[in-house]
Amino acid sequence: MILSRRHFLHRSALTSAALIGAPAIMRYSALAADNPILLGALHDQSGPLAASGTPMVYALNLAVEEINAAGGLIGRPVKVIHYDTQSNIQMYSQYAQQLALKDKVAVVHGGITSASREAVRPTFDRFKVPYFYNVLYEGGVCDRNTFCTGTTPAQTVEKLVPSAMKKAGKKAYIIAADYNYGQITAKWMTKYVKDNGGEVLSIDFFPLDVTNFGPTISKIQAAKPDLILSALVGGNHTAFYRQWASAGMKSQIPIASTTFGLVNEPSTLDAAESENILGAYGYFEELDTQASKSFVEKIKKAQPNTPYISELAAATYEGVHLWALGVKKAESIDRMKLIEALEGGISFDGPSGKVLIDKATHHTTRNAFLAEVKDRKWSVLESYPDVKPLDTASVCDLVKNPNDTKQYVINL
Amino acid sequence: MEIYLILLLDVINGTASLFLLCLGLAIIFGMMKIINLAHGEFIMLGAYATVISTNAGINIWIAMLLIAPLFVGLVGLLIERCLIRFLYGRLVDSMLATWGLSLLIIGIVTTVFGNTIQGVPTPLGGFSIGSYRSSYYTLFLLAMALVMMAIVYGVMRHTRLGLIARATMQNPAMANTLGINPARVYMGTFAAGAAVTGLAGGLLAPVSGITPVMGGAYVAKAFITVVGGGAAMLSGTLSASTLFGSLNQIGAYFTTPVYGEVIVFTAAIVLIRLLPQGISGRFLKGNL
Repeated sequence: MILSRRHFLHRSALTSAALIGAPAIMRYSALAADNPILLGALHDQSGPLAASGTPMVYALNLAVEEINAAGGLIGRPVKVIHYDTQSNIQMYSQYAQQLALKDKVAVVHGGITSASREAVRPTFDRFKVPYFYNVLYEGGVCDRNTFCTGTTPAQTVEKLVPSAMKKAGKKAYIIAADYNYGQITAKWMTKYVKDNGGEVLSIDFFPLDVTNFGPTISKIQAAKPDLILSALVGGNHTAFYRQWASAGMKSQIPIASTTFGLVNEPSTLDAAESENILGAYGYFEELDTQASKSFVEKIKKAQPNTPYISELAAATYEGVHLWALGVKKAESIDRMKLIEALEGGISFDGPSGKVLIDKATHHTTRNAFLAEVKDRKWSVLESYPDVKPLDTASVCDLVKNPNDTKQYVINL
Repeated sequence: MEIYLILLLDVINGTASLFLLCLGLAIIFGMMKIINLAHGEFIMLGAYATVISTNAGINIWIAMLLIAPLFVGLVGLLIERCLIRFLYGRLVDSMLATWGLSLLIIGIVTTVFGNTIQGVPTPLGGFSIGSYRSSYYTLFLLAMALVMMAIVYGVMRHTRLGLIARATMQNPAMANTLGINPARVYMGTFAAGAAVTGLAGGLLAPVSGITPVMGGAYVAKAFITVVGGGAAMLSGTLSASTLFGSLNQIGAYFTTPVYGEVIVFTAAIVLIRLLPQGISGRFLKGNL
């Protein structure tokens, strides 16, 4: 056989094309066989909120690994498509569109601040992507496409305020961050102080970049409260606890907070500054149950340098598992089938205990815990089983109004 | 009665911290007309230097008063050599470059130390005035502000170094003709400004929430104070920080912290409208 140069080139080109192409074709067919279910996720892994977002991502990945290790869902593995939203609301809007339109994910878990949730929720409503918001927040979201798995004020503030008042006294002074979370939480604090026969001396709001709390500390001293209720937020506001302690007020007036310790304030502040501060959340890393211990151990094994594992991480883990149970029950990732399955009383036993989805509000009935800082760690004082999201329930009924998509501001 | 004493202490606290925070910026902006948008990050670096060396077992006073300014001064020197020296006289470019620099410093610190770090407790402790309590640290901040004022005044007025620096800022070409190398004077001044800022960061470390992005909370106030103060580095900064510091603290006490901030920024706008050259441009001409 005479091999001309043209023939040689032609054949070798064909052969190499086949060789290069073969793995791609094989891989493609392999993919088609077990075609993964795509789970979209949006969390801040950089910027000011990264210390909150990072453990949430670890928890989400852990839940997905567990689901896949158990054989996936309806015969398909779950694949995470995660975007770092960089503590920037604009990134939330942009990546929400991308998840819905380009990646075509089956579900989205994520969002941290209430502002970020409200930035992405309409997008997922419009493009019909089920959305899980796994964060404690001010309550009131009423949307059939959205599931809020974290605690709301009726679940935590309602426990925190009376316990703190029982310890300290009836006169409270409220200090809170000046945006929707702080404003609404302050209203709830006021309500529960009054419900328990107490009196609110003053409510002060602080922009997030306030760093000098001197005048406030003097004002508090002049008002002489028995108790301080704090919903301060962010790194700048931790300065309050330090300036409070440096003025020697720490031993004089006790503090209870709905935000302290959600990231890692107890381990970043000195023991003298944080000792005896009261907090109430849906989960604490120090929780002494078997489920909680093994959850913390698994995350720390995978990520030894994880920031504090708070309710944010626990609710994310539980949110992903609740979604998985919904898919299993519906035997489909179809949106309506999934929502109906989740509304049918699905519950998951997670690190915080039993978490049950409430049909009428798409919030959860879950355990709440009261704890006190002891030697730079939380020490859990009391647990309240199966607390219902009564605040949102007072304004929201998705059984009656399935087309509702509002966030209600609960009038107090 | 006691409450007025306490309020006076608050005003002193606000003024002294603002003065310390602005002095370094006033040196860099007032003398060299470089708008250093990384000023907040220099504060943050000073705070981190203090916290990290204290947690490593070094005495807190040494960490605050020595390590923080030295470290940030060195960083300033490095930045001047690599970046700022190409930007003298280019106001807009210097803003852009230092803005990028601030993002870079935040990024590096976040990568190395993560988003949160354990702070240091406030030394000294508290005292009482009648039924009120305040902290000795407030008085210490006042003392430090006075010491820094004396040092800067002494160096600028009574040393050869200060004379050379002032001459170079007034007329670099003439200074150069007389045998002074302006490039070296600029370098030294920038490093000194950075060191003073580092010291402020160190001093505020025990009473602040320390994160890589903490600088953002200080930079705007520092700038309005320096601009409001006008050209005279020391008297301008002092008068403006007294004005804004007191307004902020008294406003926050009698209204709410939100209005405390609003009052300061409104006052700054009115001030700049009435005195475009700043307080010192009108009332304290010829002062340092």
